Amino acid sequence: MNAPLWRDASAGPGRAAGAFDGVADRISQWDGSGEAGAGAFALTRRDFLKLSAAAAALATAGCRGPVEEIVPYVSPRTAAPGVPQFFATAMTLGGAGTGVLVESNMGRPTKIEGNPAHPASLGSAGMYEQAAILELWDPDRSKGITLRGQPATRIALETALFERMEKLGPAHGAGLRILMRYSSSPTLAAQVQALLRRFPAARVHTWEPLHRDHSLAGARLAFGRAAEPVYRFGNADVVVAFDRDFVGEGPGHLRHARDFMDRRRRRESAPPNRLYAFECTPTLAGAIADHREPLAPGALSHALVQLAAALQGGSADHPLVAAAAADLLSHRGGCVIVAGESMPPEAHALVHRLNGQLGGVGQAVEYIEPVQGDIDCTRSLQALASDMEAGTVDTLLILGGNPVYDAAGDVPFRELLARVPLSVHHALRPCETSAACTWHVPQTHFLEHWSDTRAFDGTASIVQPVVAPLYDGISPHEMVAMLLAPIGGTPRDWVRAQWLGASIDAAGEERWRAMLREGVVPDSAARTLQLRARDIDFAPPDTAKAWSLVFRPDQSLHDGEFANNAWLQEIPRTHSKLVWDNAAYLSPASARSLGVESGDRIEIESGHARLVAPVWILPGQPDDTITLALGNGRTRAGRVGNGVGFDAYPLRTAASPWSRTGANVRKVTGEHVFATTQNHAEMDGRDPVRRLNVPEAEGLREKPLEDEPPPETLYPEWKYDSYRWAMVVDLTSCIGCNACTIACQAENNIPTVGKEEVRRGREMHWIRVDRYYEGSHGKPRTHFQPVPCMQCENAPCEVVCPVGATVHDSEGINVQIYNRCVGTRFCSNNCPYKVRRFNFLHYTRRDGEPPLDARNPQVTLRMRGIMEKCNYCLQRITRARIETEREGRRIRDGEVVTACQAACPTLAITFGDLSDSRSAVSQAKRSPLDYTLLRELNTRPRTSYHAKVLNPNPDVLPPGSGGG
Amino acid sequence: MSATPLIRGRWGYASITDKIADIVLHRPTHWMWAAGLIVTLMMSVFFFGAMGYLFTVGVGIWGVNIPVAWGFAIGNFVWWIGIGHAGTFISAFLLLLRQKWRNSINRFAEAMTLFAAGIAGLWPILHLGRPWFAYWLVPYPSVMNYWPQWRSPLVWDFFAISTYLIVSLLFWYVGLVPDLATLRDRATTRAKQMVYGFFALGWRGEARHWARYETAYLLLAGLAAPLVISVHSIVSLDFALGNTPGYHSTIFPPYFVAGALYSGFAMVLTLAIPMRHFFGLEDFITKRHLDNAAKIMLATGLIVAYGYIAEVFTAFYSQDEYEIAMTLNRFFGPYAFVYWGVIACNVVIPQVLWFRGVRRNVLALFALSLVIQLGMWSERFMIVVSSLSRDFLPSSWGLFVPTFWDVSMLVASIGFFFFLFLCFIRVLPAITIFEMRELKHEELEGKEP
Repeated sequence: MNAPLWRDASAGPGRAAGAFDGVADRISQWDGSGEAGAGAFALTRRDFLKLSAAAAALATAGCRGPVEEIVPYVSPRTAAPGVPQFFATAMTLGGAGTGVLVESNMGRPTKIEGNPAHPASLGSAGMYEQAAILELWDPDRSKGITLRGQPATRIALETALFERMEKLGPAHGAGLRILMRYSSSPTLAAQVQALLRRFPAARVHTWEPLHRDHSLAGARLAFGRAAEPVYRFGNADVVVAFDRDFVGEGPGHLRHARDFMDRRRRRESAPPNRLYAFECTPTLAGAIADHREPLAPGALSHALVQLAAALQGGSADHPLVAAAAADLLSHRGGCVIVAGESMPPEAHALVHRLNGQLGGVGQAVEYIEPVQGDIDCTRSLQALASDMEAGTVDTLLILGGNPVYDAAGDVPFRELLARVPLSVHHALRPCETSAACTWHVPQTHFLEHWSDTRAFDGTASIVQPVVAPLYDGISPHEMVAMLLAPIGGTPRDWVRAQWLGASIDAAGEERWRAMLREGVVPDSAARTLQLRARDIDFAPPDTAKAWSLVFRPDQSLHDGEFANNAWLQEIPRTHSKLVWDNAAYLSPASARSLGVESGDRIEIESGHARLVAPVWILPGQPDDTITLALGNGRTRAGRVGNGVGFDAYPLRTAASPWSRTGANVRKVTGEHVFATTQNHAEMDGRDPVRRLNVPEAEGLREKPLEDEPPPETLYPEWKYDSYRWAMVVDLTSCIGCNACTIACQAENNIPTVGKEEVRRGREMHWIRVDRYYEGSHGKPRTHFQPVPCMQCENAPCEVVCPVGATVHDSEGINVQIYNRCVGTRFCSNNCPYKVRRFNFLHYTRRDGEPPLDARNPQVTLRMRGIMEKCNYCLQRITRARIETEREGRRIRDGEVVTACQAACPTLAITFGDLSDSRSAVSQAKRSPLDYTLLRELNTRPRTSYHAKVLNPNPDVLPPGSGGG
Repeated sequence: MSATPLIRGRWGYASITDKIADIVLHRPTHWMWAAGLIVTLMMSVFFFGAMGYLFTVGVGIWGVNIPVAWGFAIGNFVWWIGIGHAGTFISAFLLLLRQKWRNSINRFAEAMTLFAAGIAGLWPILHLGRPWFAYWLVPYPSVMNYWPQWRSPLVWDFFAISTYLIVSLLFWYVGLVPDLATLRDRATTRAKQMVYGFFALGWRGEARHWARYETAYLLLAGLAAPLVISVHSIVSLDFALGNTPGYHSTIFPPYFVAGALYSGFAMVLTLAIPMRHFFGLEDFITKRHLDNAAKIMLATGLIVAYGYIAEVFTAFYSQDEYEIAMTLNRFFGPYAFVYWGVIACNVVIPQVLWFRGVRRNVLALFALSLVIQLGMWSERFMIVVSSLSRDFLPSSWGLFVPTFWDVSMLVASIGFFFFLFLCFIRVLPAITIFEMRELKHEELEGKEP
């Protein structure tokens, strides 16, 4: 590494202000010189320009880099105006870190992408990671410390805490409680240890609403100690998933998706892998499974027990279980069973034993120490609650989280909080909990502070800030430090000392810089534990026919912490395509039995709690099972998230956090209006998504899907003398995770429009993920199809625009000239793919849109009345062209990566130059699976698809459909 | 039939002139006219206020969306331009075909044309996302050397409509000149004399004037007649050149022209029937006129019906899955009620016109004219909206639901039309005075065909 680059970049605005110090002085003189007369205002033109520049510099000074040195990921020469820099850091969610690269434009973080060097990312980024940029810029974030809702100073807070610590000191801190979320930060853990040394009687509790208590308990049952499985799906030929959405949620899901699809695409040497999914609500894993069986939560355990019996040489009643067992047995060593958090601890233990028996351990699954520690969240929170009730809690520090909102329904946290004399809530935004606490302290966003975190496999990353705190935030480390004996240094020093020790030599400095640059701490992955599961006796209770409730994290809002994120609110849930809402998902048959339709309302009564929720009929949902998404119905989320959907937490109990049986359900009056982005779920005999089974796909080697030349056209062909950009989307790999849509939204400054506008059919996403069902709605096959602009050679849109606002460029991209567009919308009518999006209103100025600082400066904001659409990230192509033209060479394959392509966890999107026959995209176009959408219209799209290839077990009849 | 005279009763040259000119010059303001004017004026004010709101906020106040990016505005445009057809058709075509009965209805029918075509011309501008750049459709010498995109039918549309408007206006004005002179001569106030005199262009009724007038009028008729055909043919190309199933059809030009005449004649009846009643013009606009107009409606209605049948036939004959799906969607889809409404209003109910008794029953004709206009508006809606709502990829199907502004602006535009018409009948002679005199003359001479 050369000179401290960041300082140069961040000093930009500051230095500019410095250069104009004289001018600024003059401003202040004027301020106090009312009597100086008009003469003082005799500005020369030069003065005026200087003043304007100073004003501009002052205006941007609000957004600056952190004061300490941070290290960019890749450093193209020096930071220059207009050239974005990337910084590696990591985002922690549910205690597990994911490495990210943050794009910073002149000190303003504008986009988050995956870190290729990080094992949980490998360059991809999911919805949450990408949408976190909007959290940073959220105008509803806490802007200052408050004491009972009134603004207070940091001194006041520190004094209050100091006095408290003085008082508690003699009692060794009895009465001091800290409530944390899952954390894998070694620095924070060390601080907490230090705190406990200072106050041995203090207690630390952990509450994570989407906790992993069941799987940890399962490991304790199986191994006698806590352990966490790390899956290597690349080594698994057969995967059986019991309600485990390993590609869609939980720590490491991006990596799981990558590994699984890498293995699936490796068709040449061996047949693709095969996935059996048994699940109690449609998930992404279920949609990509070769066989999927919807089962009520109780029946899931029985299916697992049957599988265990069949693997022991017994038999299984369920044909799919029997087939899965046979498949597993014939792939010993190359197979794995995975269980989701909703399965009881015994089921997890049984799965550990079965994996050991099948030889999967060491191959497709390994065990490590849990990265967030051996914690039972449920017990931890219950212990805190009973102490609060007993009045033994004097000072409670809530480090992040929102327990008033997301504690289980039978833990009355809000009432208990009133009994605590001093409570401090430390969070990014004011929320339900902060309203019930004495103090609220603004937290720094992870892009604003120093910290560290561990990934799902234990790999550590340093969290480095890329921007100075926008508001007066306090980082979690500073917050805990307030309770500790004063130590010197800054959070950066603490984190650095954690990894390098206190004294740092030149080699240590270089190691530190490498950690920051790469975004991972070398060789920090957790050691594998050699564990043997013991036998487990698992006899699940008999299932009676009754309504079951299933609680799921909301696919968009997670546990509710992203409720104030407009991008996530407006991203269509993969299966239901609902936005700005949650619903009680019912199977078509259950809905019939209740006599309800989508939009009707039902009352759910379970135990002491009662809830009225609108119904959405979801194909593939098991019968008699109602899935409720957690994380909605926030009352103090902020302007975006307040009052969206309903809150399902009250129905959840500490004892049964993921499902409950025996609910009473009845229809009640009233209608709810949903907003969905896809109204028609069938392909209607058309074939936008083509699906093949492996043998048929093999047969295509002789006769590709599209082996005829395109039909004749009357128009002359376009001539190209340079690049010809094109894209291929592999439908086999698409898991419907929406990462591409969010990536596109962030890259291209795409506005959100709100529920009412989506309901009118005006969502703005440039790349959408279509979801189609095949077969009966009870047990359908689900297909996803990302649809960006097709960039047609014979583009129907170009012909009909009266002002020539949409034109073919010299590289074959169909570009939209915003300045020229008058908004006739004829182009959209004539687009058979309906990928064009229109600014019916001035959406970029909508309340809740990110501030201008958060926008990609390389992409124009569009005013109302203008058509827009995907342009293959033209700005990225242009940036690469400028780079390479300066170097006097052509753009190399892989040098331009579109935003959607970069985000995709499964590498489903290939992009590149068709004029280079060796480019990845040219090779992909030569695949026999390649086909274009609506070929009969002769639009000759540049974007094409690879047919979805599934590998169903030939011994199992496909459910509901006639195969093929 | 031809035995029925075109002018009923005992009218002389002078009394004809008195009768028609009096409506403009001397007749006291009737309370119903005043009430109508106030109501329609309020609607007009609302129309322009709504436009202001539209321009401030954007087309998002309507129900348009993706996939249905064209909504009421385009449907209204096609409907109004269709209404604007009958006037020029009556004036020009029937003049060329020497249908003398046209003389008593052509003036107000032409006024109707102008108002309707003018309102029609507003809609595409209101429809734009950025209406203030509407002039970019004009090939003006821009400094950026940038021209309209000539392959787009919207550009042709611009030319078709503006040409039609200009020629219709000229034709109407030229036909007005002798009557303006009459009004000038009869006006009692100085102001009226000045205004009518200015527009009368110094007409003195010389034989030379008449000779020039006849030639010019005939030439203009020759120019206007093909425009009647071309304007709606080109409007239909806005759709036919698109690839949307339901738009992409070669039958559209004749089918649109017939539909336009159909609704245009319906509007002629809607206007003529109350007018002849309230202003006592039964002797000039006789039942024979109504009968003839009804016959034209029957004929054009049958052409329109043929168009419907041909569309359905071609869809199935072509075996094109998208065309078939579109047709079935029209029959049974979410907008099926519109389709069957169209069939009822435009095909089934108008068959009563085969009966002479209906054609001569003023009330029945008036009701029928409203039914046909409703039917023709619904047909535009059916073509514009229901085709777009379900095109190629099922994932992007969606519905259009009109908003308050969609409906209110349509209604207000009708109000504005009637406001203009109410003004017209009190400012200019609604029936051509000199042509009526000519008719009387020919009748007296026994030259009536």
